[in-house]
Amino acid sequence: MLYAMLCYNSEEIVGSWSKAEDDAMMERLDVIRQRLTREGKLGPVARLMDTTAAVTLRKAGRGRRLEPSDEPAIVTDGPFAETKEQLLGFYVLDCANLDEALAIARELGQENPGGAYEIRPVRLFFPGAAQPGAPGRIDR
Amino acid sequence: MNELAWIDVALRAARPRAIGALLRYFRDLDLAEEAFQEACLGALKNWPQNGPPRDPAGWLIFVGRNAALDDVRRRKKEQALPPDDEAVRGDAEDTEAELAERLDDGHYRDDVLRLLFVCCHPELPSTQQIALALRIVCGMTVKEVARAFLVSEAAMEQRITRAKGRVASADVPFQTPDAAERGARLRAVAAMVYLVFNEGYSATGGDAPVRAPLCEEAIRLARLLLRLFSDEPEVMGLCALLLLQHARTAARLDADGAIVLLEDQDRASWRRDLIAEGLALLDKALRHRRPGPYQIQAAIAALHVRAARAEDTDWAEIDLLYATLEQLQPSPVVTLNRAVAVAKVRGASAALELIEPLAPRLAGYFHFFGVKGALLLQLGRADEARAALGQAMALARTAAEAAHIRSQLDRLVGDSQAPPSP
Repeated sequence: MLYAMLCYNSEEIVGSWSKAEDDAMMERLDVIRQRLTREGKLGPVARLMDTTAAVTLRKAGRGRRLEPSDEPAIVTDGPFAETKEQLLGFYVLDCANLDEALAIARELGQENPGGAYEIRPVRLFFPGAAQPGAPGRIDR
Repeated sequence: MNELAWIDVALRAARPRAIGALLRYFRDLDLAEEAFQEACLGALKNWPQNGPPRDPAGWLIFVGRNAALDDVRRRKKEQALPPDDEAVRGDAEDTEAELAERLDDGHYRDDVLRLLFVCCHPELPSTQQIALALRIVCGMTVKEVARAFLVSEAAMEQRITRAKGRVASADVPFQTPDAAERGARLRAVAAMVYLVFNEGYSATGGDAPVRAPLCEEAIRLARLLLRLFSDEPEVMGLCALLLLQHARTAARLDADGAIVLLEDQDRASWRRDLIAEGLALLDKALRHRRPGPYQIQAAIAALHVRAARAEDTDWAEIDLLYATLEQLQPSPVVTLNRAVAVAKVRGASAALELIEPLAPRLAGYFHFFGVKGALLLQLGRADEARAALGQAMALARTAAEAAHIRSQLDRLVGDSQAPPSP
């Protein structure tokens, strides 16, 4: 089974660590990450930038298909702040800039209306070494 | 991180929101500060046992307000005055339930903005504005602020007391601002945050380490503003600008404390994490197509950090951006900065032509004579270069600035036997 582990903490508090404190913590985590990588258990790991760097695309529509009467998608600054929707998954995209990322979000939103995509720049990225069987298959 | 350190960090993070709200209740900076101190003492007692509250700022506001109200009542009894709650104005009848609704940053927005705006009141000279903001909003001790300004603790104490006195006697609007007023306050506050940063950044001498905290506090304030005003492109631009500038801090001085020019800096020592965040914020800001001075300056800084080597710098684009900045915010200092780009694109004599008319207005400005001297040097006009550099030398504010000019003058002497460079 593949698990996604989602990290939560107060960014104001984490952001107030000194560079030395932050570096020291990242080093401690690196030890664990390296072990998990050797064991083939670790997939992609990302550390995101502050939510202040985020924009959110509120997707058009609500149903399974877009209707002509649906309001268009809108982009707002800041993180996704509603609580009535839940985090259902994530993409990692390599784009030249925010506009390209937004274009992809719009394209995905055309096929999968409703909800929102929060687009947040990634601060650190490790591709990982997990090989969970064939692509798209979930091993049991 | 141990528990007390964690609480300290949480108190620091909650400080602007809590003091902002307490200022709204008590309409008095000293009383708001005292109330916050009381609340912090309460937090140190309560939080280790009960765990941190969900909304630390809301907790501190509630506890601080009650403690201060008790104090006010007690003092009145001691003075045997008739009970009169008029001394405590504002919406002191807010219930705890209402406070719970203040979880959202949006509710703190105008309180924090008012607090910052009070600190940059137009009647205060800029040095007092910065000192007051660092003391009240950032919570730096008087000793720390004094160190950063390179003055004695007593002098700084006096400066802050004087600033508070001026603010107390000035008219501070407490009603919720309308959109226009909010915009005006935001601009004033952004300018103050920029001043705090420059106060730290312009310290290019051996005293730089003690002033670096000012840059960090300015970035903290800019981030706070951005959290509260998340759709303002100029706030994104300000934050981006500070991050991009601060990313280069470590490379600006060598091991001996001597100035290293941008083109000679070790680009590998620039902070990539700050650069990435600054670029992301700028990218976000530019989507709004509402350019402003901070966005343009951030765009200029971005062109510098995007160049892998100094010779890859897109000077033509920098020249254009400075030209736009000149139109938006005409200032001889902006023109002087543009001249550096013009020298790279169109040569030293074009740049010299651009800055000649600035002489009367920049007669006391170190960088004017520094740039002028360097341009004259490039043109091989040694005598004039020597005169300009001599004036720069006289205007240097730090030992590092003086040493930098001295090294150029020395080179001039060394070159004087050789034919002038083309």
